[in-house]
Amino acid sequence: MIVKSLKELRELCAAVGDHVHLRENGKSEDGSFIDILVGMGTCGLAAGALETFEQLEIVLKNKGLNHVNVISVGCVGFCHMEPTVQVNIPNKEPVIYGRITHDQVEKLINTVIIDGDFLEENYLIKSFRRAVI
Amino acid sequence: MSGESEEMIDLLRDKVSELGLTNTVKIIKTGCFGFCEEGPIIKVKPDNIVYVKVQFSDVDEIFEQHVLRGHIVERLLSVDPETQETYKEDKALGFYKKQYRIVLRNCGFINPEDIQEYIAVRGYEALAIVVSENTPEEVIEIIKKSQLRGRGGGGFPTGLKWELTAKHRRQDKYIICNADEGDPGAFMDRSVLEGDPHTVLEAMAIAGYAIGASTGIIYIRAEYPLAIHRLEVAIKQAKEYGFIGENIFESGFNFNIEIRLGAGAFVCGEETALINSLQGMRGEPTKKPPFPSEAGYKNMPTSVNNVETFANIPPIILNGPEWFSDIGTENSKGTKVFALAGKINNIGLVEVPMGTTLREIVFDIGGGIIGGKKFKAVQTGGPSGGVITIDNLDTPIDYESLRSIGSMMGSGGMIILDEDDDMVAICKFYLDFTQEESCGKCTPCRIGTTRMFEILERLINFEGNPEDLEILEDLAINIKNSSLCGLGQSAPNPVLSTLEYFREEYEAYAYRTKKTSYQIIGEKCIGCTKCSKVCPVDCITGSVKKVHIIDEEDCIACGACYTACPVDAIIEP
Repeated sequence: MIVKSLKELRELCAAVGDHVHLRENGKSEDGSFIDILVGMGTCGLAAGALETFEQLEIVLKNKGLNHVNVISVGCVGFCHMEPTVQVNIPNKEPVIYGRITHDQVEKLINTVIIDGDFLEENYLIKSFRRAVI
Repeated sequence: MSGESEEMIDLLRDKVSELGLTNTVKIIKTGCFGFCEEGPIIKVKPDNIVYVKVQFSDVDEIFEQHVLRGHIVERLLSVDPETQETYKEDKALGFYKKQYRIVLRNCGFINPEDIQEYIAVRGYEALAIVVSENTPEEVIEIIKKSQLRGRGGGGFPTGLKWELTAKHRRQDKYIICNADEGDPGAFMDRSVLEGDPHTVLEAMAIAGYAIGASTGIIYIRAEYPLAIHRLEVAIKQAKEYGFIGENIFESGFNFNIEIRLGAGAFVCGEETALINSLQGMRGEPTKKPPFPSEAGYKNMPTSVNNVETFANIPPIILNGPEWFSDIGTENSKGTKVFALAGKINNIGLVEVPMGTTLREIVFDIGGGIIGGKKFKAVQTGGPSGGVITIDNLDTPIDYESLRSIGSMMGSGGMIILDEDDDMVAICKFYLDFTQEESCGKCTPCRIGTTRMFEILERLINFEGNPEDLEILEDLAINIKNSSLCGLGQSAPNPVLSTLEYFREEYEAYAYRTKKTSYQIIGEKCIGCTKCSKVCPVDCITGSVKKVHIIDEEDCIACGACYTACPVDAIIEP
């Protein structure tokens, strides 16, 4: 699909924008899905992010949580707390958790996704001050 | 301190002694926490709760509620102006307030292998705008106005580089993305390429449009397989959408990007050596002028820019040059990404506005030194840079300030050293690196760096003498002045800067006064004999329940006794 003009590009941008708003500030027009971002740069992978990613998919499938997407992203910058995971739930502020190794996945899903609570011991920060463009 | 801090400290001290808690509660005076607008500040450890704008009358409450009962005084917590939320922990405070992400805006935020996610964050919009609404001259003018400077280390104005390349009227021109990140301990470019490859592609196309090039080449080290893979995926997707290729956005502008792998030679980060390597020749620098902007790849005008520089381009186009030039200091605009490594708690990648001080990076963002040890120095700029000591911790970070204190911005690696680090040994490590990476073309660098390395080795083995220091310094200055390229010219920097700030450590080696043996503190030793059992050279004497002694002559400083001692009675050399 070739994008031919600025107008076409902007339309495309608006059409796929919902996921990004959710990650930015928890606002989502659709509101029916949750995004879990797993930091999978070289540093994350070395700390076991791939295992975390796979375990997330397995646990979500087993629990029938089809509205939760697991997305591979780049490095967040917290090398000392890898693997890092950002949880984006509609109408809640995004939260970044650290040291989510594959054996922590079940606990993360139970506490954060199912009970809607906060996983205190793995809490890192909320999102960064990013350049808004 | 201009607040009522002194009086508060006295009041707190009085309270503690009144209640007889002097053993459990300590009142510690610290330096500035960095958020001056919210002072005076009180921090309660180990809870790490920070109270801001504390008034004299609040001290009682903090003491009664928090220190004695463990209740947090909510009303004195810092409030985020945007979300109206209160922060409790100081680690979050440092991260929120000090970092600002332009280059890393999409890292860890979008899926790098899904172009739709990049489009969702206004990806490729900057490219669409420039090719359909701006002339190439206007694009260069925007970048010049933003005052963006090259992030690879040298700090050459990017807009000017493009202008110099654009003015030559030749048929073929080239854009090269320098992704040959070779400084030990630096991984900024890798993270950008792995986390947000489309930004780099988009910026390369914008640069190509500005200078009149239709080919872009990414020169990346083969040691970055994941970054290469993600770039390949990104290029394929961008072609499918028509963002690179022929007739982009129906503007008539063509641009293609190819990836070339470097074999991991440090010198190939230097632009002329990089171009030679691209052409299949030895990765050796050539003299400038002619600069690559005039005769670069295939002898055609070429602009070589760093990954991080490129990542700044799309936000500048979308938000305007004034937005960018408002951030930073007078001569260094925007932000800089640093890779924090070494003896620091929060090892990782940070992005801060230019002008942030080193103290803020190390203590607020980096969380201080591991194990509460004493900060000694920060090594910046890798093998080309120098050390920044405690005296210069408050220097604002920008190109000129760092150069004035004998270090350099470099590509952004920061290695934090604590009191245990031996500066001579660290210099030896860097010289070992540069003498091995020297391409061998010019004599000062090829032979000079080897000689410097030999002197350092001699000193560390206690085979040197005081004259070696003068020879070392003399050699360093000569290499700096007479080498062909940046590698040689900057290779002596680690030695020169440590000689300036830590000369006594060199002298301790040269005069052989450095203590090399471990010692036992008599009062602490319980005579358990554990140390003498593990000593590999049997230099520890003593019997059960008697104080042990280490023979300083025979000790080889292996540290085995130090680890074995159950009561910390042994001190390091």
